[in-house]
Amino acid sequence: MSEKVLMKGNEAIAEAAIRAGCMHYFGYPITPQTEVAAYMSKRMPKIGGTFLQAESEIAAINMVIGVSSTGKRVMTSSSSPGVSLKSEGISYLAGCDLPALVVNVQRGGPGLGGIQPSQSDYYQSTKGGGHGDYHNIVLAPASVQEMASLTVKGFDLADKYRMVAMILADGTMGQMMEPVSLDVEKTEPVEKPWALTGTKCEREHNIVNSLFLKPEELEIENFKRYEKYKYIEENETMYEEYLMDDAEVCVVAFGITARVAKNAVNEARAKGVKVGMIRPITLWPFPKKPLMAAAEKVNSFICVEMNMGQMIDDVRLAIECKKPVELCNRVGGMIPTPEEVLAKIESAAKNGGAQ
Amino acid sequence: MSVVFEKPHALTDAVLHYCPGCTHGIIHRLVAEVIDELGIEGDTIAVASVGCSVMAYNYFNVDCVQAAHGRAPAVATGVKRSDPSKIVFTYQGDGDLAAIGTAETVHSAARRENITVIFVNNAIYGMTGGQMAPTTLPGQVTQTSPYGRDVEKVGYPVKVCELLSNVDGAAYLERVAVNNVQNVKKAKKAIKKAFQNQIEGKGFSLVEVVSTCPTNWGMTPQKALEWVDEKMIPYYPLGVYKDIYAEEEK
Repeated sequence: MSEKVLMKGNEAIAEAAIRAGCMHYFGYPITPQTEVAAYMSKRMPKIGGTFLQAESEIAAINMVIGVSSTGKRVMTSSSSPGVSLKSEGISYLAGCDLPALVVNVQRGGPGLGGIQPSQSDYYQSTKGGGHGDYHNIVLAPASVQEMASLTVKGFDLADKYRMVAMILADGTMGQMMEPVSLDVEKTEPVEKPWALTGTKCEREHNIVNSLFLKPEELEIENFKRYEKYKYIEENETMYEEYLMDDAEVCVVAFGITARVAKNAVNEARAKGVKVGMIRPITLWPFPKKPLMAAAEKVNSFICVEMNMGQMIDDVRLAIECKKPVELCNRVGGMIPTPEEVLAKIESAAKNGGAQ
Repeated sequence: MSVVFEKPHALTDAVLHYCPGCTHGIIHRLVAEVIDELGIEGDTIAVASVGCSVMAYNYFNVDCVQAAHGRAPAVATGVKRSDPSKIVFTYQGDGDLAAIGTAETVHSAARRENITVIFVNNAIYGMTGGQMAPTTLPGQVTQTSPYGRDVEKVGYPVKVCELLSNVDGAAYLERVAVNNVQNVKKAKKAIKKAFQNQIEGKGFSLVEVVSTCPTNWGMTPQKALEWVDEKMIPYYPLGVYKDIYAEEEK
């Protein structure tokens, strides 16, 4: 059993990244993720790594592109408005097939919004965010432990598939403290023959590029990327099922709302309501199969989200609208209470799926 | 038979896409000659930008990353921080460096990032067909300043070397031209110094090369070279704007 330490979620991400072999961090201060940068600024100089506070989120993500193009592990972190700025660079990372870890500790929006937790960047994260056809692998931690372990997983997936892995957390996950084990399972480093390491005048020059002026070539690049995405959807989907065996109502929630919803599920069970939960851990790829399987058994679904109903679209698509899906949400930095979720569960159970 | 002239090894065999009379070709060659002479080809990483020089990655025989518009100095910062033993240079035009990438330019200079920046100023957006650039001269006619650049309405050109000379972190700034043989020789000397500085760890070095765009200026190549002397150089005077090590040597 490994030793646990008490840490903030943001700090757990930073320390886990270092332990995963990330020696380069570029960031810009924004609440509620600034602890990631602060932690890195303390640690990186001591281990011979790079901490650089960039002039903007745009510069930071482009510095990430620079390091990634040389084949090394690199990350940046921000919160919602900052991730909008990074979206240009994230699209270039996708177009260049470069791996990187991007952390979004979400806050309320749109615009400057607020500084309280939110999940309203679900669309932005899972549907691309920047221009062009692409996906990021989106990981949604629901504990400080997962902030650490999914960070490590994110680096591995990014390297394996040459794409961006995003940690989609929120202000609560970033700020709360929990015991966490920082033991990192070492994985085999991925070969990167495409990396810019200098030709040594011994090989053809490597080019990292997203420009293809011939449409037939650009089309092939897109097709190839989507073949990869298809493979990832089949092989890398992660989710947690909770009390689903006999469930008649299925709650779907990720991140902090899954923690809240779990309490509500437990309270409903205590009252004899047959309710379970599916918690997507990867938001892209989205766990379509377990949801479809659940749709064969349950009467209805409830999506608990801190947005105006974004993941609910993916749930409806996953179950091909076979069963009614209701939204239980708070927005703007407000967090749903277990009582609110419980009331929704009880009313769904009473209706038996009929709307 | 002795070889009297050949292509630098640091240039590939790809056919340049630049218009006839454009001086990008000369500047590419000067950079490549310097890379050859310093023996750094195998350890050099180029950062291409967006604009006419977007496909520089096909022309320089070194590892290369193509950056988003204006972001080349930030990308170069990442490359250099990742492996300080590499020689990292950006090759950027005026729209890229002095408009959309102003922040990246100023702050990489402020950090005294140990990179070399080749800044090609031809006072126009060439790749998109000749629109007003941050360096377009007052009164100059372009596609988006069809009545001539009216400084009262759209503001004044940005003089990059003068601007950066006030940035403490900038180590070496020189403006050169390539419109005649003497100027080409001076340009090469400046470019070589900008690379040499990086090898010696001296920090941010930028060479602004006043260049031509006969196509979008609507001139013959010959007339364009003359226009550099008549109009460009009076507004953008050539010379060393900053050399902190020369000042120390005094």
